[in-house]
Amino acid sequence: MKKTVFYGALAAATIAGGVASAATLDDVKARGTLNCGVTTGLIGFAAPDSNGNWEGFDVAVCRAVAAAVLGDANAVEFIPTTGKTRFTALASGEIDMLARNTTWTFSRDVDLKFEFVGINYYDGQGFIVPRELGVTSAKELDGATVCVQTGTTTELNLADFFRINNISYEPVPIETNAEGQQQYLAGSCDAYTTDASGLAATRAAFENPGDHIILPEIISKEPLGPLVRHGDNEWGDIVRWTLNALIAAEEYGVTSANIDELSQGTDNPEINRLLGSAGTLGEMLGLDAEWAQRALKVGGNYGEIFERNIGENTPIGLARGLNAQWTEGGLLYAPPFR
Amino acid sequence: MSDTHAQTVAFVRETQIPPAPPPTMETGAIKWVRENLFSGWANTLLTLVSIYFIYQLATFVLPWVLNGVWNTSSLSECRDVLQGVTGGCFSVLTDRWNQLLFGFQYPSEFYWRPSLAFVLLFLAAAPVLFFDLPRKLLIFTGLYPFIAYWLIWGGTILAPILALLGFVVGYFVFQRFVKESFAMGFFGAIVAAFLTWWLGGYVVDAVASEDTLLTAVPSRDMGGFMLNMILGTVCVSLSLPFGILLALGRQSDMPIIKWICVVFIEFIRGVPLITLLFVANVVLAYFLPPGTTFDLILRVIIMITMFASAYIAEVIRGGLAALPKGQYEAADSLGLDYPQAMRLIILPQALKISIPGIVNVAVGLFKDTTLVSVISMFDLVGMIRGPILASTDWNGVYWELFSFAALLFFIVCYGISQYSQWLERRLATDHR
Repeated sequence: MKKTVFYGALAAATIAGGVASAATLDDVKARGTLNCGVTTGLIGFAAPDSNGNWEGFDVAVCRAVAAAVLGDANAVEFIPTTGKTRFTALASGEIDMLARNTTWTFSRDVDLKFEFVGINYYDGQGFIVPRELGVTSAKELDGATVCVQTGTTTELNLADFFRINNISYEPVPIETNAEGQQQYLAGSCDAYTTDASGLAATRAAFENPGDHIILPEIISKEPLGPLVRHGDNEWGDIVRWTLNALIAAEEYGVTSANIDELSQGTDNPEINRLLGSAGTLGEMLGLDAEWAQRALKVGGNYGEIFERNIGENTPIGLARGLNAQWTEGGLLYAPPFR
Repeated sequence: MSDTHAQTVAFVRETQIPPAPPPTMETGAIKWVRENLFSGWANTLLTLVSIYFIYQLATFVLPWVLNGVWNTSSLSECRDVLQGVTGGCFSVLTDRWNQLLFGFQYPSEFYWRPSLAFVLLFLAAAPVLFFDLPRKLLIFTGLYPFIAYWLIWGGTILAPILALLGFVVGYFVFQRFVKESFAMGFFGAIVAAFLTWWLGGYVVDAVASEDTLLTAVPSRDMGGFMLNMILGTVCVSLSLPFGILLALGRQSDMPIIKWICVVFIEFIRGVPLITLLFVANVVLAYFLPPGTTFDLILRVIIMITMFASAYIAEVIRGGLAALPKGQYEAADSLGLDYPQAMRLIILPQALKISIPGIVNVAVGLFKDTTLVSVISMFDLVGMIRGPILASTDWNGVYWELFSFAALLFFIVCYGISQYSQWLERRLATDHR
């Protein structure tokens, strides 16, 4: 009863916070928008521009899924989440999927009851040091003060690394990446450690990036990927195969430039099945035949999205590294579309 | 007589000496400087040290402000313009000005709506703050919350009208029954208001059309300093009456009311605000029935108001306790009943004593509204920490942004503090 009162008198428009229901796909279609959880802002991965449009590497995944399911890459309600609120937002059904550079770990997958549908970025923890320190390897950091974000896996990895190598360090606990950047520049720590992608972005923002080097050691595995709730495998499949379609398209050479031509039909049966000119893959997902075509038309294939948001021509300037296709020595390996 | 001394004294002055200007060391600026800055070797030393520090600070800050760049579109561009010279990249403020004030999701074509609401806020607050103004202006103050809600959120105008109607109905019920008993009037008014809202809710849902005069803007799109202002204004103005009620309840002779108030105040004061905000944001979603939509801003407003009321209640209790017992007895001896005694004799004095404390809570509360940034709401600080610092253009700008935030908050808080000092002087009818 009171609910209606607040409806009528106070609460005007709100975001539907429906509790986890089995058929997320139906909910999304009925609502007409995809509720996608992203970060409150991480350079290159998700941030609104000066016009308020979300862009970034994680955002591209949300848009691709929205295009595949709803046919409109802009039919996404981006719901910003912090490291503390992201899992409750997903579990309570406030968001349909979470694409928030979240590390795939055992306990998050099993204990928190989420389903990681794949990996869109292979990250790892690294160190940045001032060039004048004269250090070329993380193993030479004996006795160094290291800025590290508290309460993260980063902190634990750091302790492990120094223990294994039997050298000492002094941690300087910080709260956010922005604070870490400032502390490091102010000289309160000799080295700053966080995910390598974050280090690259941090370094790119410095006034004199050349004065700082990122050490070659990567001391942890941080596979980042989108995730959905347990209990709705059909929806999980849609997100998983949309991501796979982006990755596979790069492998097969499908780009935003040639997709119209290739979707007319090609000699390669796998491309035909992917783009819907042959087979019934879309139908099996509960979508139409052109789902992957629409997802790819938003921002191109994985490689194009990577280059545009975090690649070497952007200020962040990340090399493909582990995130190259398996055919080029990386780890990206989409299962066959068959 | 005139030549009495002519032979004994060489010179006799016969006219008065014209007044000479005082010695330069003893007048004007020099005297002030000598007395205040160089009155002894210790003070001289301190003065010189201070001048040195001020000089150092000025050489650091002034070029930074004066060389500031105001019209580039990214940090790297700004650094190109500066060419290594010290200077602030204030262009982040011009580039993201609207985002800092309104958040990044509020539709830009509607910026005039919150701006208008902001201007009207002064008009509405004036008769409350300055009681020399004509009392008729209070009518506008009463209407303001509904106008502001409609301006900022938009949507059907029926919703704020219904809310207003509920209060009007409640008021008339109160007037009707208060003569018989205050409690009857009070609770009758609450029941009547809720009944109006409940019934009206159905009517509004049925009648309201899709295309409204002002397009509806969802709560999630609110942000920037506007969000701080909304939360600060609403919570301060709501927590004052609630705080008074709680303070009176805590002093009540009726055990149930007394214990409810004591438990509420002590519980809320014993819990950090940030915990309450997390409850509002994440935990409530688990408790509410499926499909319930309960506005996030509303949840946050409720939590902050609860928090502030508990503090204000304690401040006012201090004011009540400071009144001499004779005042209560004087009220009784005049034959006033409890509401009359409180309204006419006790509270005016108690509130006057409590002003510094209340202002303290209000200023603290206003600054605490920035805490909502940790529950992923984009208030001013949330906008800076999140979207702006995370954009490829502006990653790495700290001083300019946070100085701006500090400046905005300083202006508001200093304004509140100055007002309260004026109010204390104005009400100084006391026993000094």
